Amino acid sequence: MTTLPDNNAGRPPRAVVGSQISQDEEMFGAAFDGQVIRRFRTYVRPYRRRIYVALAAVLVFTAAQLAIPLIIRYAIDEALVIENADGNLLSMAIAAFAIVIVINYGASYLQDRLVGLTGEHVIFDLRRAMFMHLQHVAMAFMDKTEIGRMMSRLQGDVNSLQEFLENSITVAGDVVLLFGIVAIMLLLDFKLGLLTLSVVPTLLIVRLIWLPRARLAFRRARETNSITNGALAEGIHAVRTVQGMGREAVNFALYGDKARENLAAHLRSAKFAQAMVPVVDTLTGAAMGIVVVVGGALVLDDALDVGVMVAFLFYIQRFFDPIRSLTIQYSVMQRAMASGQRIFEVLEVPIAIADKPDAADPVEIEGDIAFNNVTFGYTRDLPVLKDISFAVKRGETVALVGPTGSGKTSITSLLHRFYEVWDGGVTIDGRDVRDYTKAALGRHIAMVLQDPFLFTGSILENIRYRTKGASRDDVEQAARVVGAHDFITALPDGYDTELIQQGRNLSLGQRQLLSFARALVADAKILVLDEATASIDSYTERQIQIGLARLLEGRTGIVIAHRLATVRGADRIIVLQEGHIVETGTHDALVAEGGLYARLYALNYASFDDIPEDVMQDAISAQART
Amino acid sequence: MATGNPKTAGKPPGDGITLRQQAYIGMSQTTDHRNGTDAAVLWRIIGLALRYKFRFAVAVGATIAASAFQLMIPRFLGDAVDNAMGMLSGTSIAPALAREALLDAALLLLGVSILRGAFTLLHNYGGEAIGHLIAYDLRLAFYAKLQELSFSFHDGIHSGELITRGMLDLEGVRMFVNTGVLRLVLLTCLIGAGGYLLLSTDLLLGLLSFSFVPFVAWRSSVARLRLRALWLALQQRMGTLGQIMDENLSGIRVVRAFGAERYEVGKYDVAADDARLIADERIKTRASSTSVMTFAYFIAMGLVLWVGGLRVLDGTMTVGTLTVFLTFITILQTPVRQLGLLVNSLARASTCGGRLFDLLDLEPGIRDQPGAKPLSVSKGALSFEEVSFAYSGVGGPPVLHDVSFTVARGRTVGIVGPPGSGKSTIANLLPRYYDPSSGRITIDGQDIRHATLASLRQAVRVVQQDAFLFTASLENNIAYGDPWADDGMIQDAASTAQIDGFVGGLPEGYGTLVGERGVSLSGGQKQRIAIARAAMLRSSVLIFDDSTAAIDAETEQRIREALKTPMQNCATIIISHRLGALRHADEIIFLEGGRIVERGDHDSLVAAKGRYAALFNLQSRNEDDLATPDIQGAAE
Ligand SMILES: Nc1ncnc2c1ncn2[C@@H]1O[C@H](COP(=O)(O)OP(=O)(O)OP(=O)(O)O)[C@@H](O)[C@H]1O
Ligand SMILES: Nc1ncnc2c1ncn2[C@@H]1O[C@H](COP(=O)(O)OP(=O)(O)OP(=O)(O)O)[C@@H](O)[C@H]1O
Ligand SMILES: [Mg+2]
Ligand SMILES: [Mg+2]
Repeated sequence: MTTLPDNNAGRPPRAVVGSQISQDEEMFGAAFDGQVIRRFRTYVRPYRRRIYVALAAVLVFTAAQLAIPLIIRYAIDEALVIENADGNLLSMAIAAFAIVIVINYGASYLQDRLVGLTGEHVIFDLRRAMFMHLQHVAMAFMDKTEIGRMMSRLQGDVNSLQEFLENSITVAGDVVLLFGIVAIMLLLDFKLGLLTLSVVPTLLIVRLIWLPRARLAFRRARETNSITNGALAEGIHAVRTVQGMGREAVNFALYGDKARENLAAHLRSAKFAQAMVPVVDTLTGAAMGIVVVVGGALVLDDALDVGVMVAFLFYIQRFFDPIRSLTIQYSVMQRAMASGQRIFEVLEVPIAIADKPDAADPVEIEGDIAFNNVTFGYTRDLPVLKDISFAVKRGETVALVGPTGSGKTSITSLLHRFYEVWDGGVTIDGRDVRDYTKAALGRHIAMVLQDPFLFTGSILENIRYRTKGASRDDVEQAARVVGAHDFITALPDGYDTELIQQGRNLSLGQRQLLSFARALVADAKILVLDEATASIDSYTERQIQIGLARLLEGRTGIVIAHRLATVRGADRIIVLQEGHIVETGTHDALVAEGGLYARLYALNYASFDDIPEDVMQDAISAQART
Repeated sequence: MATGNPKTAGKPPGDGITLRQQAYIGMSQTTDHRNGTDAAVLWRIIGLALRYKFRFAVAVGATIAASAFQLMIPRFLGDAVDNAMGMLSGTSIAPALAREALLDAALLLLGVSILRGAFTLLHNYGGEAIGHLIAYDLRLAFYAKLQELSFSFHDGIHSGELITRGMLDLEGVRMFVNTGVLRLVLLTCLIGAGGYLLLSTDLLLGLLSFSFVPFVAWRSSVARLRLRALWLALQQRMGTLGQIMDENLSGIRVVRAFGAERYEVGKYDVAADDARLIADERIKTRASSTSVMTFAYFIAMGLVLWVGGLRVLDGTMTVGTLTVFLTFITILQTPVRQLGLLVNSLARASTCGGRLFDLLDLEPGIRDQPGAKPLSVSKGALSFEEVSFAYSGVGGPPVLHDVSFTVARGRTVGIVGPPGSGKSTIANLLPRYYDPSSGRITIDGQDIRHATLASLRQAVRVVQQDAFLFTASLENNIAYGDPWADDGMIQDAASTAQIDGFVGGLPEGYGTLVGERGVSLSGGQKQRIAIARAAMLRSSVLIFDDSTAAIDAETEQRIREALKTPMQNCATIIISHRLGALRHADEIIFLEGGRIVERGDHDSLVAAKGRYAALFNLQSRNEDDLATPDIQGAAE
């Protein structure tokens, strides 16, 4: 099947496009899921009144539809074919017809508009609810969630619910129409009505055979859709890496396979979708035949009015429409239930880290931090931090140092309560972080994350971010401290320069500076710098440190860096290794101790040892002069 | 809107710069696409459908046949009614004959219905199938085009926008064959042939039956314009909303770190309200246009009933013929209701098609030149010759000025410099992610622009500053550049990058899934995967773009040791802020503002007491007092 470019090795390539996490199993469930409906009701309730009106409009609309053949029948039988028919009766029939179509017009407009609007609004509410909820669900959940798939819930699933909503009211109309037609036919002529309806069981049987197969085919088509689209999205996001690694041909072949599967599934599902058409048409023909033969004979025998026969013919042509659309509705409903389950699944993800009811939201904090016997990990049985204890007093700056993967970033995540500790506790001002509101933590801790994420938007908006009170001056001030002011003002639009996606029109170091400035603008008591200057040269870094020294006064700082020159000025250095604290002390003390820190430090500079002191002294003054 | 954008029309897309401008002109302002008129777009879609000539012919034939059989039904019904009333063509006939005629009519009706059903199946299936075939073709073309378009194109367009095009716009085009073209054929046949039949039966009544058609046509063309505009507006606003949601989720750590949840919801609300306004408008427009159209239809029906009734009263017409007219109108009801869909489909297809074709028509700014030859690497010497470059094209702010240097095989050049000085840009020019605006880059004397892209990119490996990891297993990530690599190669690469120990400690080892963009890895682990990825591949030029910034000195040292052997056969460029990594480079270039301001080996640079020496001093001296007056002076 795979049409990968030829390669010498016989084994299959280690290559996939699109996510490897298994696709959402579309729940192949009922068309009616009580739980989903119940949940859904909460969102529909605000629009109750509108829905009642819409329902009424649907009923009126259906009634008008039903009345039209009756009027025609009346016109034929009472006004046209009787002896000495006079024009008045015809005029009356026409007048009735006119009234009915005006009502039909009004009802149809009202129905379309109300149903459409309600569906739209419920869906917007639901999407917002999901978005709101996602702001609060546990980080551990977000780590495991692919953004593409979440987006497909926020967009795709929500849309299929909208379709369902819009349809569900017309479904009511269809049901009424169906029963109305049956009732009227039976009332007009019971025997002929029964005979005509005798074709219905055939339809039901055929449908019963058809439905399960068709549903499978439809489901497969939708699945391959999301697989193909997922692969496309990945191709778009990763395009630079793909080109850089020369993976175009392999990826294209793999994508081609997915697209082909998608095509095959869709062709199959189209076949199934259309298979019912000739059946319905044949049955319509049969029903009309019955009316023509039996009804015609009755008319000949004068046992039936010709108008009734005409009305029957009209009803038959409308009769299968609601049946047809009801079966379509069935799969729409089924899909909607699956979507609904996925949506409510998101809404149900526990907010593992919810604010306690009595959570504190202090206006000011002092900034004392303590980790008490903290144990933590991301996966069960694989602890990343093991029995960590340390304290940072207000106004102090502490550095976290250690080999990669030793757990430095994890410590800062716990301070901000992105994750819950397994054991032990983290306190700020002696109060457990779990007893603060998340908003309070956000306000009092400013972070420069290791990965400098920027939003699409202007530089100004990015640095100011959520600190609404920050003026342009504040923003510029922060940019000056981190040494970003000069490059920003050199840009054609200065602070109003628009950043493209993830700030890719800036160099990584520049992005890091902006992310740094963003944290400074937030003006918080605790400042966490996770490799904030890793992509910045030492000279610029030094400038930042000079400005920062002032800013850090009275604030608590946690600084992470691999370049030890960055941290040697810290009040205290904590050395981590594999989740344990192995050493603590000032730079000098640690160097003197001769442990891991001393080794790392020596490694950093070992190669420079041979440079005479006076050369360096001169270098400094030379730099100062330029 | 009718004609192409005058600024770009007729000008062949040139390098990345014009391309990017075109990308902006053609795409961001979605209201104005370069693909000529709507009609041109629609014709182009039809052209795509015509690739499947046979299917298309069958589908159109079936559509015509289906409408023909459908048109027979009213006539049979009318005859049956007349038969039943025993007054076929005005002459009373014997009941026995009439009964026979009724039976014939019934059988005919059944037969015609079956045929109609069969052809409708062919028509619908044909339409759907062609739609899906087109969609398949376009999907592949789109994917291939994306992979081909250069970095400057991708810089200029948001990924969400591209995804919209590849999914929603493609859907719009796909639907057009069935809901647009074939439905139009069906409607034309029904109205044309039916009109002929009816008008030749009774001119006035025929005219009345069709009286609603011009009205509906006019209304729908008005609605079409309005809906098209609304479609565009909605698409754009939903795009913005999608972007806000997407960035919120991608930047979730920033959002949480700043406690910015409420701020984000505020941002969302502004965009959502904006979108909802348009969505509401669209629904209102749709509701009013469909209901008015249906109303017009029923008026026509009423008129037919009235005038036909009067005729029957006059005795100039039979009830059967009246039934023919009424049934015919009934048959028209569904297609006329669908006219709304048709209108929608046309509007959607021309918008979506325009946006899609704009993209498919772009020429990649960077591609093989005619007559490009595979790069032949013998000595593997690399040289930059007075290279200048600007991301926004000639005249834009220059990022590199006259940069020249050479690296021989087995040699290493180190690059240092402040943020934004152009270091990564140098790395980007080598594999031709962008082309220099002047000067040239050669490998063994061959201008890289004359080599094929594939061979060039195979010879040049860049370890990017911020590597992209895939949501896939660790081994797939490491073997990304060579999917056929065996386990041994992967392990070697991992041990070169010093990541093997970490992987070995994981319960699932190399099969461990990496979270989206590497969320489940620490910063240094991500960088080491990226290094392993490059170490897998044999290449002649290796570039490390600050790729050990998140790795501790000890691990870095070990990586450097492990890379020594492969680097002997490469020209290597190391970009780093940690001078220890550059200590042994053969030449170190100090870049500032895109210019080389200092160059030489470590010792000579330190001796020169310039910028490099100052940097070096900062990193190597164990100063007790960080805020020496000298440094402060330098900072100002
Ligand atoms: N979201 C996550 N899910 C699962 N595992 C994680 C996650 N984040 C980190 N880890 C693992 O936890 C360990 C510690 O990671 P952490 O990011 O704290 O390291 P670090 O000390 O900051 O390293 P570096 O210096 O490389 O940034 C690593 O082994 C990493 O793979
Ligand atoms: N895709 C882009 N589009 C427009 N401008 C860009 C783009 N990439 C970089 N720039 C600009 O070009 C200049 C050089 O950027 P480059 O990435 O080469 O810097 P760098 O030396 O690698 O810096 P860093 O040390 O921060 O990585 C910067 O001013 C940056 O803003
Ligand atoms: Mg980290
Ligand atoms: Mg860079």
